[in-house]
Parts: sequence; C-alpha cells; structure tokens
Amino acid sequence: MKHLTLFFWLVCAACELGVTSRAFGHGFAGARFFPATLSTDDPFVSDELSLPTVSTIRTPDNGGTRETDISVDIAKRITPQFAVEIGETLTVLNPHEGPGANGFGNLELGGKYQLLKNGEHEAIVSIGLGVEIGGTGSSSVGADSFSTWTPGIFFGKGFGDLPEALRFLKPLALTGLASIAIPTSASTRSITVNDQTGERDIEIEQHPDVLEWGLALEYSVIYLQSQVQDMHLPAPIDRLIPLVEFAMETPLNRGPLGPTTGTINPGVIWAGKYFQVGMEAVIPINEHTGNNVGVIAQLHFFLDDLFPHSIGRPVFGGNK
Amino acid sequence: MNSLCRIFCFCLLVLLPSARVSAHAFLEHSDPSVGSKVHSAPATVRIWFTEAIEPRFSSIQVFDATGKQVDKKDTHSDPSNRSLLQVSLPRLGPGSYKVVWRVVSVDTHRTNGDFTFQIAQ
Repeated sequence: MKHLTLFFWLVCAACELGVTSRAFGHGFAGARFFPATLSTDDPFVSDELSLPTVSTIRTPDNGGTRETDISVDIAKRITPQFAVEIGETLTVLNPHEGPGANGFGNLELGGKYQLLKNGEHEAIVSIGLGVEIGGTGSSSVGADSFSTWTPGIFFGKGFGDLPEALRFLKPLALTGLASIAIPTSASTRSITVNDQTGERDIEIEQHPDVLEWGLALEYSVIYLQSQVQDMHLPAPIDRLIPLVEFAMETPLNRGPLGPTTGTINPGVIWAGKYFQVGMEAVIPINEHTGNNVGVIAQLHFFLDDLFPHSIGRPVFGGNK
Repeated sequence: MNSLCRIFCFCLLVLLPSARVSAHAFLEHSDPSVGSKVHSAPATVRIWFTEAIEPRFSSIQVFDATGKQVDKKDTHSDPSNRSLLQVSLPRLGPGSYKVVWRVVSVDTHRTNGDFTFQIAQ
C-alpha cells in the first residue's frame, strides 16, 4: 500500500510537470546536455535536487548484509560558477544473521567551483571540496565519529568535435572525478571486555586517505537526434541516455594497503523537461566490494528550470 | 521509512505547484531535418524548439562547405507559433550545409546547437 501511495504521487508529479512534452533539462557545455550521473559526482555547478536516490546491495560484512541507502541531495548556486551542496542518507542494514539497524549517516556538505567551460569542445572542469561531518550520524550504521574532508577535481567532455566520419560517435560523452578523502582521525581504538575472562581486547582501526575516482561514459540519444541525425525515434526513447559508470576507491596509506574496491554500473537515464529519472545495476568489481549485483535509482529535479526566476538562479550574478 | 515517504510527497506537493512552466529551449525537430539529404533546395530552414523563444535574441545561420554564410540573415519567428524560428535561403546548389542556431527561451535560458544537411545533385 505504501508503494502504491508513492507511485500515485509520482504519477501526479509526472502529469503536473508534463512528462509527455519533448524538452530538455540542464547541465550544458555548448550544445551538449550532460545528465546528472547517479554513482559519480558530475562536474556541473547547478541548482538541483535529488529526491530520492535509492540504492541497495548485499555487502560481504557479517556474512552478507543487505545495505539500503535512501539519500537526499540539494545543490544551490551562489554565483554562476559556484554552488554549495548538502546531503543526507538514511541507511538500513539487514545482516544475514543478527538484528538489523537503521539510521542516518553523517551530514555531508560541499562546494563546487567551475574553473573552465568550453562550449565549442563541450568541455568543463570543476574543483570541489566536500566534508562529511563526523558525529552527526548514527554509529549503528557505521557513521564515523570523525570528519572527512574530500577535495576533488571533476571534468566532462563531449565528443561532438569528432570528425564527420565518426559522426555517430559524437553523442558519446565522458565525465569523471578524482578526489582524496582525508579523515581527520588517523585511527580509532575500540576496547572490548571478555565477559568470562575479564580480559580487555584493544582493536585499532586505521583510517587511510582514500583516492576516490570515477568515470561515466554516456551515449546521448538526445544529442544524436538534435545534432547528428534525426532518427525519428519515438518517445520516450528519444530522451534516453544509456551510460556506464565506474565508481572506485583506492586506499593510499596507513598500514597494509587494501585493494581497490568499487562498482561498475551500467544503466540508463531518461532526461525530461524539469527532471530526470535513472536506474543502474551496481556490479562489484571484486569480492572485497561484494558478491551480488545491486541496484541504484534516482529521481532528480532541475531547479533552474522549475524556478528560473527564484530559487533556480544564482544568488549573485544573474541567470547564466 | 514511512515518514521518509511522507516527507518526499510533501516536498513534491510544495515544489511542483509553484514551478514555472518554461525551461531550456532545445531543438525538437527541423526542416530540413537534422543530418538529412534532400533532393530539392529548401527555401527556408525552420527549427521547432521545445520552448517558446525570444526572437530578438535568437538566430539561425547557414554556412556552406567553405564556411561562407549563405542565408538571407532574416531570422524570424512565426507569430502563431513562438517555438518556431526560421531563416530564408537563396537558391542553393548541391552540397553540404551547416546550420548554427542560438536561442534564448522566454525564461532567459540560453542554448545553442548545430547540424548539417545535404542537397543532393
């Protein structure tokens, strides 16, 4: 019944927004529309709202734990080149054995500055700084007691400047990021006491700096139709953007280096006038990440198109 | 979980009724169509956009294979259809032509794009 209610509201929202009209959203470099990617952060500075992003996957923890994350993220431009972001995630853990747990993760704040945008070559470069504020989330779902700072660089490049001989590759585009997650605590120490022997067991967990890197390769049917060749494709196919994302993490220091973990996420995004919806499979790259395929889905609103004269424009600097 | 669904529905209810019904204007279809090969020279290039546009701040230019602008530089909209923009052409010979468009939608969002079409021998 709950799902039925949610579906009802989604249908209402879709009708109100005019899903059947053919139109575009935002995230442009020249003629290129870049969608908001689901698993890796995109390079665009924009007014947007992800509500919600839902992901679920079985992780190897405790003999197999189903982890479901429901997150909300909002970004707001302060100037045309600078935006602030805030995000929060509700995590639900269902281990194979033992009691489950749920709670909110740490509050995440961030800022992103657009360094370069080249319309002719459909290129964009941005830098950002994120912080996960320690102690604001629930330890029962693994929220850290310490903060983690994450400076990073983001890029996007459309292939629209390829020669005409490769015209059907022009709808391809690549976005990516490289950032380093730097915990403010190098390690944490936990003490457990054996009830029977009374002996104390001290466990030290190292917190390495982690290189977070990712790529998203996408093929825009929207671009194909409007820039390369009108294939007269019907809705909703004409608004699809198939893509594959690679979201990776590599520990850099503090103790024996663990392996790179991450997922490869093939999926598709449908981009409409005021919002986009996307869904991807989440495929672990190795057993340290997981053994099962998960899924991630997102409903994402373009606030600059929904509210072009109010909250959808930069606080300073006009609507560029 | 139930409360999260309620928050989500509340946000939709608050957000959506106050939303403005305009957005970035982009090419919906054109005549000649994107990437097409036509057998007779068109008298105009017409582009239908997804939004109503401001013709004073919008343009269509047509270039031949040498990069020379060949349109009549009279970009204008259709009074009965504010999402249609067109430019007149002289009698063009066979060859490949590039159409470059730049528009501003009525909510001031700027977009641009280009495409080619061919006139067969």
